[in-house]
Amino acid sequence: MFRTIGIRNLFLAPFCIWAGIFIFVPLLFMFYYGLTTPAGNFTFENILMIFQTEFFYSLKMSVLLAFISTAVCLLLAYPLCLILVDRAKSAGAIITLLFILPLWMNSLLSTMAWQTILERDGTLNQILRLLSLPDFTLINTATAIVIGMVYNYLPYMVLPLYVALTKIDKSIIEAAKDLGANTWQTFYKIILPLSLPGAVSGITMVFIPALTTFAISALLGGGRILLIGNVIEQEFTFEYNWNLGAALSIVLMIFIVVNMALTVFFENSHEEEKN
Amino acid sequence: MKRELIHLENVVKTFGSLMVLDEIDLTIHENEFMTLLGPSGCGKTTLLRIIGGFESPDTGKIIFDGKDITQVPPNKRPINTVFQKYSLFSHMNVEENIAFGPKINGKSSDYIRDKIKYALKLVNLDGYEKHDVTKLSGGQQQRIAIARAVVNEPKVLLLDEPLSALDLKLRRAMRNELVRINRETGITFVFVTHDQEEALSMSDTVVVMNQGYIQQVGTPENVYNEPENAFVADFIGDSNIIDGVMVRDKLVRIFGREYPCVDVGFPEECPVDVQIRPEDITLDVPQENSLNGTVTRVGFWGMSYDITVDTGDFEWLVQSIHGRKVGEKVSLHLDPYNIQIMKKPQSEDEAVSREI
Amino acid sequence: MISRLKTIYLAIIFLFLYAPIGVLIAQSFNESRYRGHWTGFSLKWYESLFQQDKIIDALQNTISIGILSAIISTILALITCLALREIGKNFRAMFMSVANIPILNADIVTGISLMLLFMGMGLKLGYGSILLAHIVFNVPYVMLCIMPQLMALDKSFYEAALDLGASPFKAFTSVVLPELRPSIVAGFLLAFTMSADDFIITYFTRGAGVHTLPTEIYAELKLGIHPEMYALSTLVFITVLIFVILFAMNRKKLLNQKEENF
Repeated sequence: MFRTIGIRNLFLAPFCIWAGIFIFVPLLFMFYYGLTTPAGNFTFENILMIFQTEFFYSLKMSVLLAFISTAVCLLLAYPLCLILVDRAKSAGAIITLLFILPLWMNSLLSTMAWQTILERDGTLNQILRLLSLPDFTLINTATAIVIGMVYNYLPYMVLPLYVALTKIDKSIIEAAKDLGANTWQTFYKIILPLSLPGAVSGITMVFIPALTTFAISALLGGGRILLIGNVIEQEFTFEYNWNLGAALSIVLMIFIVVNMALTVFFENSHEEEKN
Repeated sequence: MKRELIHLENVVKTFGSLMVLDEIDLTIHENEFMTLLGPSGCGKTTLLRIIGGFESPDTGKIIFDGKDITQVPPNKRPINTVFQKYSLFSHMNVEENIAFGPKINGKSSDYIRDKIKYALKLVNLDGYEKHDVTKLSGGQQQRIAIARAVVNEPKVLLLDEPLSALDLKLRRAMRNELVRINRETGITFVFVTHDQEEALSMSDTVVVMNQGYIQQVGTPENVYNEPENAFVADFIGDSNIIDGVMVRDKLVRIFGREYPCVDVGFPEECPVDVQIRPEDITLDVPQENSLNGTVTRVGFWGMSYDITVDTGDFEWLVQSIHGRKVGEKVSLHLDPYNIQIMKKPQSEDEAVSREI
Repeated sequence: MISRLKTIYLAIIFLFLYAPIGVLIAQSFNESRYRGHWTGFSLKWYESLFQQDKIIDALQNTISIGILSAIISTILALITCLALREIGKNFRAMFMSVANIPILNADIVTGISLMLLFMGMGLKLGYGSILLAHIVFNVPYVMLCIMPQLMALDKSFYEAALDLGASPFKAFTSVVLPELRPSIVAGFLLAFTMSADDFIITYFTRGAGVHTLPTEIYAELKLGIHPEMYALSTLVFITVLIFVILFAMNRKKLLNQKEENF
């Protein structure tokens, strides 16, 4: 749409400048702080702090909880999306909209509402007592954090998966059934491979925020379970050790980069298969 | 002869290392219905886009009415285009689509209203002013696209395979419509297609293109009956194309047999391509001293039969209104007027073009 | 049987998603200011909502930052997408991956690195730094909305407008822009939503005394939330719910209209 390459480049210039200042330079700042002492001397010490028992424990805990949350989201989302895709044609998009709607409630508030539900005299236990069932206190446990993560990040799994599933041509599924595949075989051999790109992008979109959150763990872990996000937040807002905070963030970035690389690698190999 | 309207002079266009148009010279006359015909990738659409101003040639000139318009942008050319996918503006209704051009040119609203009426009448869609363009059928969208272009009173209308998205019946009807609109408005039409039937049935002039070259320019009868080379012969209609040698004027040798023909001017013993249309061959019972063969395949096409006859040296395609049986022995007879002699390709490019 | 199982499954997920929302809405009508203790129905938190300066300030910031960042990021994303359409496939992929870094990166890393940038540049943290940070993460979201539709838009629309005599600028504003309107609107709305809901990046790039709703809520968590906040969230939620219902109804109407015409 441009008469010359010059005009096109003129349109591209603002973004290049923007990306330079607000995407690359900030990361340089982060690496600068992470790899120096407060006096400005180069050091690896901040990075190596991650192997200190308490930090390493937080990292391990974060990876574990993020992993569990991602798995739970995936397991919940697949049947949900399959049902929604199936019903979307008959009942309209309203059901689907209803499942996106909770996103418009502030996530901190709804996480706090989980506190109200799960605590010792919370809603859940009040209902259980009404039914003369034993109490079931989850607040300030890892389970509560996982519930909070699943609640907050389930939509990020549902959306890409739903989109991927709607893209599958119905005639392909009918063809599979026509060729003698039962429901399970159809799912396993046709739907699963075809929707895998959606699942992979869902996994990335859930795992990264779950790994790095500090609000959910602060609200539902009651300060007993410190995730790596909490540690970093404390370094910046409480301990004022920016170098250490930046260094721990760099460690987090390693996970993020590995995660992204896996996604890209998967997408590429998937594209090649298609070709 | 009609007045010259557009003259392309030595137009060359490359995309990267790919030569798309190689030294094209072409003259388009006023009121003419000209068709650019060729297989996909032959450069016909690029040539159209160069005339429309959407591409500029690497070298060469486009002369319009005596003026050089090579550097004039498309919005300043008195030329309009009907795009392959119609490209109607989906956020505007029929009326707004048609009014787009006149409005930009600052015409009065009375003028525009009259023009819309006239244009819709021209394409047989009176009363469709307020319709949503996305809800029209393919054929109707096509007509609106034509109306939208014609309303600007262009000197030239460029049509880029406008019938390719329509079904067979509609395509036939639209062919007649286009010719009618061409006659009624007096606008010069430059029509791009890969369909030889369309080209032959509609055009005043057919330009056969292949691999960036113009292979032949002529009337439909001209390119069908007297193809200048094997590519044209092969691309337009069915043909038997055989290697032959010119014995002398009006005598050609095929498979060791000499046949009288009407072509003159080739050197003696000059290798040539010989084209014989399948409908020009008559079949008879086997005879001595004639070309005899065996029927190997028969296909019924409604109006005629396609009969393949193997004479040992060559498999002939024959079209006849009489069927034959597979295995039947027949003799083939050729009339001198129906033997078309063409010179062999000389450059490498021409040789390549023949293989297609 | 299977159909009933499916319905039950939907209902359970539905309950899971709406339980906390129900709790919050209930709390906004609770006489007591302490959560979890129902002492009776009351509208007093709705009445006192507009006297809570802190909440109203935060609401104003949230809305103005949301709108401004959505406008600016939509313009920047649109300009960039137009240029990216005309660039080679590999370059486009490269640019898109750079643009996506703020989405793919963890919010905490984006937030901290932007904070370090602003401090390093000597910029005072406050309204301006939040706005800049929100534009940073909104641009890729808008680009993701616009790019597919722009790529699918046939060049011949633009060429048809030129062909009919429009100047390149006129062709862009009268044809390309309207054709892209759905994705531009979607990008704008997504950007606004992302901005209004962002907590982590705002948390690190805000300065003393400037709050958006999410950071205000986080600040209040430690001391106990003003119940007016529940009232506000309920109002926001109900508003969105009404919009969604209107949209769903209109959609049905539109669909019906289409069918009638055929």
